[in-house]
Amino acid sequence: MLFRRKKERLKRLMPEKEQKDPGRGVFTRRALLLMAAQTAALGTLGRRLYDLQISNGDHFAKLADRNRTSKRLLAPPRGLIVDRFGVVVAANRTNWRALLLPEETTDVQNTIERFSAIVPLDERDRSRLGREIRHKRKFVPVMLREFLSWDEMARIELNAPALPGVLIDVGTTRSYPFGPLLAHSVGYVAPSNEQDVAKSALLALPGMRIGRAGIEQSQDTLLRGQAGSVEMEVNAVGRVMAELDRQEGTPGDEVALTIDVGLQQTIQNRIGDMAASAVVMDCRNGEVLAMCSTPSFDPSLFDSGVSRAQWAEWTNDQRTPLIDKTVAGVYPPGSTFKPAVAMAALSSGAITPTDRFFCPGHFDMGGARFHCWAKHGHGSVDLHLALKYSCDVYFYEVAHRIGMDPIAGTSHALGLGTELGIELPQQRPGLIPTPEWRQKHKHHWNGGDTVVSGIGQGFVQVTPLQLATYASRIATGRAVGPHLVRALNGDIGGQIDPQHWPELPMDPKYFQAIREGMFAVVNEPHGTAPKARLTIPGVEMAGKTGSAQVRRVSRAMRESGHFNSASLPWEYRPHALFICFAPYDAPRYAVSLVIEHGNAGADVAAPLARDIMTDTLLRDPVNHRTQPGQTVADAG
Amino acid sequence: MDSRKPLRRFRKRLLRAEPSFRILSKLWRVSWLYVLLICGLAGVGYVALYSAGGGSAKPFAGPQAMRFGFGLVLMVTVAMLPPKALVRVAVPLYVVSLALLIVVLRAGHVGKGAERWVMLAGTQVQPSEYAKVALALMLATWFSRVSYARMGNPLWLIPPAVMVLVPVGLVLKEPNLGTAVIIGGIGAAVFFAAGMRLWQIALLAVPVPMLAKIAYEHLHDYQKARITTFLHPESDPLGAGYNIIQSKIALGSGGMWGQGYLHGTQGQLNFLPEKQTDFIFTTIAEEWGYVGGAMVIVLLLVLILGGMMMAIRSRNRFGRLLALGISVNFFLYCLVNLSMVMGAIPVGGVPLPLVSYGGSAMLNVMLGFGLLMSVWVHRNSRFGEEPDEQS
Repeated sequence: MLFRRKKERLKRLMPEKEQKDPGRGVFTRRALLLMAAQTAALGTLGRRLYDLQISNGDHFAKLADRNRTSKRLLAPPRGLIVDRFGVVVAANRTNWRALLLPEETTDVQNTIERFSAIVPLDERDRSRLGREIRHKRKFVPVMLREFLSWDEMARIELNAPALPGVLIDVGTTRSYPFGPLLAHSVGYVAPSNEQDVAKSALLALPGMRIGRAGIEQSQDTLLRGQAGSVEMEVNAVGRVMAELDRQEGTPGDEVALTIDVGLQQTIQNRIGDMAASAVVMDCRNGEVLAMCSTPSFDPSLFDSGVSRAQWAEWTNDQRTPLIDKTVAGVYPPGSTFKPAVAMAALSSGAITPTDRFFCPGHFDMGGARFHCWAKHGHGSVDLHLALKYSCDVYFYEVAHRIGMDPIAGTSHALGLGTELGIELPQQRPGLIPTPEWRQKHKHHWNGGDTVVSGIGQGFVQVTPLQLATYASRIATGRAVGPHLVRALNGDIGGQIDPQHWPELPMDPKYFQAIREGMFAVVNEPHGTAPKARLTIPGVEMAGKTGSAQVRRVSRAMRESGHFNSASLPWEYRPHALFICFAPYDAPRYAVSLVIEHGNAGADVAAPLARDIMTDTLLRDPVNHRTQPGQTVADAG
Repeated sequence: MDSRKPLRRFRKRLLRAEPSFRILSKLWRVSWLYVLLICGLAGVGYVALYSAGGGSAKPFAGPQAMRFGFGLVLMVTVAMLPPKALVRVAVPLYVVSLALLIVVLRAGHVGKGAERWVMLAGTQVQPSEYAKVALALMLATWFSRVSYARMGNPLWLIPPAVMVLVPVGLVLKEPNLGTAVIIGGIGAAVFFAAGMRLWQIALLAVPVPMLAKIAYEHLHDYQKARITTFLHPESDPLGAGYNIIQSKIALGSGGMWGQGYLHGTQGQLNFLPEKQTDFIFTTIAEEWGYVGGAMVIVLLLVLILGGMMMAIRSRNRFGRLLALGISVNFFLYCLVNLSMVMGAIPVGGVPLPLVSYGGSAMLNVMLGFGLLMSVWVHRNSRFGEEPDEQS
């Protein structure tokens, strides 16, 4: 049927005469076959077009939009860091850079050569340039040189006609006006690396810096601010065609520190180039007024890249300039640990302040002999005298009686051997050893370990910041916590109120007994630190000396008779320590001072600590705005 | 039918009165509807090139319109030529086309990694475009002398096979895979329609795949890469797969009604490669949607089937085969180009006839349409009678 109709159609297509032509018949049939094939082929393409445009259209439409738009982040300015009086200690310095836009110059290499004749480029610049030019698109500027001086800029501007494609651009870099003075506590920034970028895309922006130490690191997210963004329509090669949307970012927060730069500078000048650390704390509220760790380094070098030679110099220096000694330097506290042992003993009820022990100059336990620093002993001593003379035997005895655990518990409560939560990532906890801790390290704890811990030797390790906190807590009886951030964007939180800090669980009369002992150290005849007595009339200071051996004194050395630690090589000499607070009757400031290998705390550390305390007290009326209705005596 | 009779009578009387009206009479017989459709397709091309030029007649649409105008004149002029004249020029034109293909291999200009262009009289000419038309004419001429009966003897098929294979080889050497396939396709279609016996076709089915394999081994690396990336375009999104992916994205983003004229983001933002030449259809489909794209396909199909119908209606073997060759040429252009932009076959430099920007393709397509129209105009001519018709 169908076939016949087809035949009829063929007849109509061909006049009768041609129907006899077999060639034409074949042609017509085959041409019709071809036409059917052609129709089918184009039909299939139409069907495929339908699939692409309608069935999967949404998918491809999304891809097209992603093609079309490009979102770029705008770098927010980094927040400033200021001291407690608003002096800027970390600023954003404008950084004049020379950029080269490769598409605007006919001969990139030639332009670079001419540029380097005006402003010299070193090998590092050149290899970086070559890399950037190869990898970036022609309309993305590459950086020729940054940190241009006015002089160099003037020369570039003058030669502008000979330098096609060279343009001057302003960016920012971090600058630290006080340089090494605050390097440890403020920290420094450096360009972000791949791991940082993986965490936050914002850090991929050119010119973005990330805090690598100190406050810059701990407050990085606040300082960094929120990135703005700009959405742009781009063409296939990435050139911006139009701006679709722009959102300005928010600049980073301004962080105000508790540090007083003036005081810090004064203390720094007093310390000089000794390897030492000093912490000055407001003992009522835990504000750290000064944190010196010497020697120091220039923090701005980390932004532009530290040279190999400079790095070698830092790392080879015995005095460890890169380490923040105030929070990361751990030292045996020596005799400064004795008030903590005393407090532990009093609180545990093992002794009363009036209990007396006899000091013959040594303490014998299980066949071992522990010497007092005074060869011939102190005779009969109670707590007051034991602190005043810093009698070792008294504390050997006490520690031996109560054991290590109460000492560790009390020390932690007083701020020793524990993380204090200051805003410095580099802080270390130190250590108050316990039998349990020793066990963990597969060693047996013996009685002798407890005895030497009683005078802050052996495994005991604390940081200068902990010592200052410890002095503050003894002075106030409150668990004040040290901190460095005073305000964010000018907003002071509740931390500065002394009531913010909880009272310590120890009996106030024991604190009083210990404070009296520390008062005697400085102010009574035969105390260990008469040199630390303040010269300011009506103001007295309480303190405690410490000399921490870094090497066991052998019997041979001791018996040779003329043992003098000052004759040892520098790195074997004991550390000199001093902790103090003042005014004695209404404590306001606490100071801790550690002089590495300074020999004797009483001779070296105590007078220096007195000077630091004097500086601090003298700055007080000028610079401190005491809040109305609050008197110094509030601190109790 | 009856209404047309007075007109025919009028025309016959006119011709008898004055022979110089012969041209007029021929013009009368030109299928102006078909010409209108051609103009319509060229119009689509103008609109698309205007968009590809970023909403401006420069640099694509304007020159292309001028070429089309010239092409239109060429087409009508060629349409006036009788089959006798066409047969006479077939061999010289074919020889010239081979010569040009050789010239392009010797001194061609490299475009996209292949030598396709040659400078002629100050303009760039792409001889492979012209070779297709010349071949169609040559084959029609050959087969007009070889009747259906004669084709039973395979010896008659050897010379035309050589006529096809020589330009195929030369074009492959350029290398231009797409055009080589089209030339081969034209040859195959003409052989088939001329009455090649089925047993002959079956015999060829054995060696041809072998030849294909050899040909693949002679492909350039970039052509092989196209074949591999065609299978997995996402494996190399910025390299050889880029064209296909971006083209698909553009098509998909068009949807049913398109993004609007001059608002196709893929095309306007230059994500589309060669959007004014090979990928012009993508621009159309992105901006006009599936509706626009489908209408273009329908228009192309109407032109193809119209050409085939003209072939069937021709009363002489030469005209039939010539019209068929031209129509198949046009069809293969469309097929290869559309398949290419839709990612159905590997990419090769084949334009969309009359729409894509480019002078050689435009003029040769118009030359082809001129030949087609000549067949139509002279469809009742008794040229080249096969001997067996008289028996």
